[in-house]
Amino acid sequence: MTDTAPRELPLQELDEVIIRFAGDSGDGMQLTGDQFTSISAALGNDLATLPEFPAEIRAPQGTLAGVSAFQVRISDFAITTPGDAPTVLVVMNPAALKAQLKHLVQGGAIIINTDAFNERNLEKAGYESDPLEDGSLDGYRSYPVPMSQITRDAVAEHGVKPRDAERSKNFFALGLISWMYTRPVEPTMEFISSKFHGKELVIKANEAAFHAGYNFGETAELFESHYEIKPAELPKGEYTNINGNTALAWGCAAAGQLARLPVFLGSYPITPASDILHDLSELKHFGVRTFQAEDEIAAAASAVGAAFGGALSFTTTSGPGVALKGETMGLAVSLELPLVIIDIQRGGPSTGLPTKPEQADLMMAMYGRHSESPMPIVAPRSPADCFNAAIEACRIALRYRTPVMLLSDGYLATSSEPWLLPDIDSLPDIGVDFHTGFNGTNEDGEGIFLPYLRDSETLARPWAIPGTPDLMHRIGGIEKEDGTGNISYDPENHQKMIALRAAKIEAVDVPDVEIAGDPDADFCILGWGSTWGAIDAAVDRLQEAGKKVAHVHLSHLNPFPKNLEEVLTQFDKVICPEMNEGQLVNLVRAKYLLDIKPVNKMNGVPFTTAEIESAALQAMEAS
Amino acid sequence: MTDTSTRTEPGDWATDQEVRWCPGCGDYSILTAMRMLMPELEVDRENTVFISGIGCAARFPYYMNTYGMHGIHGRAPAIATGLAMARPDLDVWVIGGDGDMMSIGGNHLIHALRRNVNLNILLFNNMIYGLTKGQFSPTSEVGKVTKSSPMGSLDSPFNPMSVALGAEASFVARTHDMDRQHMMEMFRRAHDHKGASIVEVFQNCNVFNDGAWEGITKKGNRDSNLISLEHGKPIKFGADGELGVMIDNGTAKVVSVADVGESALLVHDEKKPDPSTAFMLSRLSRGPFEPTPIGVFRAVERIEYATSSTAQLAMAQNDKGAGDLSSLLRSRGTWQV
Repeated sequence: MTDTAPRELPLQELDEVIIRFAGDSGDGMQLTGDQFTSISAALGNDLATLPEFPAEIRAPQGTLAGVSAFQVRISDFAITTPGDAPTVLVVMNPAALKAQLKHLVQGGAIIINTDAFNERNLEKAGYESDPLEDGSLDGYRSYPVPMSQITRDAVAEHGVKPRDAERSKNFFALGLISWMYTRPVEPTMEFISSKFHGKELVIKANEAAFHAGYNFGETAELFESHYEIKPAELPKGEYTNINGNTALAWGCAAAGQLARLPVFLGSYPITPASDILHDLSELKHFGVRTFQAEDEIAAAASAVGAAFGGALSFTTTSGPGVALKGETMGLAVSLELPLVIIDIQRGGPSTGLPTKPEQADLMMAMYGRHSESPMPIVAPRSPADCFNAAIEACRIALRYRTPVMLLSDGYLATSSEPWLLPDIDSLPDIGVDFHTGFNGTNEDGEGIFLPYLRDSETLARPWAIPGTPDLMHRIGGIEKEDGTGNISYDPENHQKMIALRAAKIEAVDVPDVEIAGDPDADFCILGWGSTWGAIDAAVDRLQEAGKKVAHVHLSHLNPFPKNLEEVLTQFDKVICPEMNEGQLVNLVRAKYLLDIKPVNKMNGVPFTTAEIESAALQAMEAS
Repeated sequence: MTDTSTRTEPGDWATDQEVRWCPGCGDYSILTAMRMLMPELEVDRENTVFISGIGCAARFPYYMNTYGMHGIHGRAPAIATGLAMARPDLDVWVIGGDGDMMSIGGNHLIHALRRNVNLNILLFNNMIYGLTKGQFSPTSEVGKVTKSSPMGSLDSPFNPMSVALGAEASFVARTHDMDRQHMMEMFRRAHDHKGASIVEVFQNCNVFNDGAWEGITKKGNRDSNLISLEHGKPIKFGADGELGVMIDNGTAKVVSVADVGESALLVHDEKKPDPSTAFMLSRLSRGPFEPTPIGVFRAVERIEYATSSTAQLAMAQNDKGAGDLSSLLRSRGTWQV
């Protein structure tokens, strides 16, 4: 710390800033980004985050493969994406600079830990000359800061060993950025005490590093000004910052309460879905039972067993796991038991890009099972919407006694946004009654139970759980006789059961789709899932530029909303951006014979607003 | 009418479904043993569930007037694990054959056993694939000639008891389809055991592997080739108890009682915490042509899985109070706009 008197720097007001923290995967960039996000949320900014980490836990230190980054956008207006390109880049080593510089806007600011720019690290990053000196950073505003050295000096007085001292340099960076954007100090002090509870030395070191960074900004005569971003005008209410996976986990627990059923999760760890298993494992006091199975198949199979027993059952996974669960999902279709399969889509095929998002499991969700095995599909559009999607998937599963696929992706999973907390009392009652009495009679007029006698409205079969007197019955994967559920190889019966299973799913009560943007436009952007934020922002920009454009976004992919055909046919031209090679486009074309134009991207990075804006402009101009 | 307080008869446990195993199949005698046992267990039909995978044995649930699920190939232990966790109040039986349990479902079987989920697992071992019409199974002997192994199977067979003991199953037993009383006793013991129980049933497939177990289960062969394990007793067999089993240099072997003396025989201890001796017994025979133990190899007490899971739920509620959604949504900090 220094005793130099603070300089009076001008305070500039900004409407937004997009900061990307980047460093080695051991440098604590995710923690730094998360904490900066939390402070900004508490200040009332709107925000959106985009974490980016390597698939390896600890790739070799200082290499490009080991770079971990966290982008956060904060603003004084409502936003729906983490921003196309950062305006400020914080780099902790040469590899981070090399990997991330391409993302930075021209003229953007780079805050550099110069202590890491030694010959060895430059070599590891593949630099032949020092980018700080060879003109590589011309066109940007660079701020060289000896972060490691100042951190070491700052923590030395607390008796921290020099080799441990440097671990606090992420808090130095956080302190510096907190000063630059006039964030309060106190919340971070509280965070440090609680996060490192019981480790006094670590608390002291991190506090000292944070203050050193904060004071450095004030005193170092390096920065021309610092900035303020006023709170955004958001709907009134209580907010929390939430990522998609946590919102899903909470949605599953909430659904259990709304259905008055115990929750069972059968899961096998897989990136990027494991956090749902972690979060639900923390909710045992909600009566949530989590089972870490021996494999993906057992995870799904155990959930089917629990559903037979009357639990609200889930299995969570990513694409490769869905492939393994395919046969079990077929069983669930045949058994007609409620089950929610959550797929956090990632880059594929095979192991592919485990930490990067894709939307390329739509066809698998739709058709990826043997025979005709229709299954409803729901897809959340934003991190917070994952909460609603989980409840909606459960509602359908319970009401229609069917497995339901929920398609999220790696982007929604880890990104976060402020969530206006719902009024608990306004959440839907999704409870259904177990069947407890006879529903038929035999030739002698005695009461009997027919496990496949359907509800005339929903076509759902009765859900009678073990322990219910008199209703003993057997169900299985072999084709069943309609009504009795007895084994039947009768051709006519099979034809009928195929038709009944299809009709049940086709008739699921899906809400009508709404038109966002300009409903009178001739041009429409159709989307589903996580592309919502970028499409929404692009539509705003296009409208500001005087273009007439509509936005139709699907939360239900099977069945489609009943009004979808009518809505889409009112536009002259419809484009559909997807992180796949045109899967929704194919479904819509096949079903409605509509010539929707695909806009595809599969590089593991979500669409930027600019990409969608430009695709829309091109499509509008093309005759 | 509920079953509570009503003593049932074996017929109450039968369904109206026609039993469709081949005439002469060993499965019939197992089904009869089960239906006869149920009234003796004094359990309720509605609280009893049979879960199966795929195969001839897996049709079993259709013939028991209880709750039942005919699942998918190999996955019955996994399905049953979910059910037993969600509903610890139920009696859950798992039925499967050697292909179902030892091959496609081998993984689920060993994990259910090591977790000690409260399941009664019956493995009908006929050393052949029946439903797919006669291919060698994971318990078939090396050299087995079948349609898929015309020059003889190359696969070394699993010994289900060794596998179960290797997975540290807490209850491991074996019986055969020619002895109803013994089957009923083993099934009863499996039912009464809290935790995962596995009972291997030597079962005859009279169509694709007829007489496979005759070398030990036929009446005239039983005295010389069936070794009945009884807790606390020296292991003896033979028409006059002239043969016995002793442990010699880390291996169980058959000896003449006259040669070694009664005191040298192994006294069977099914409650021994260490499974090594039980494992040695499981290795005693290399196939159904030499003395083979039946009975309870191992019956030890170990904490049951769903019980532990329920205890964690109770502990969490005790520590944090019953889950409150409103507080959950606020658990990571909130701010007002």
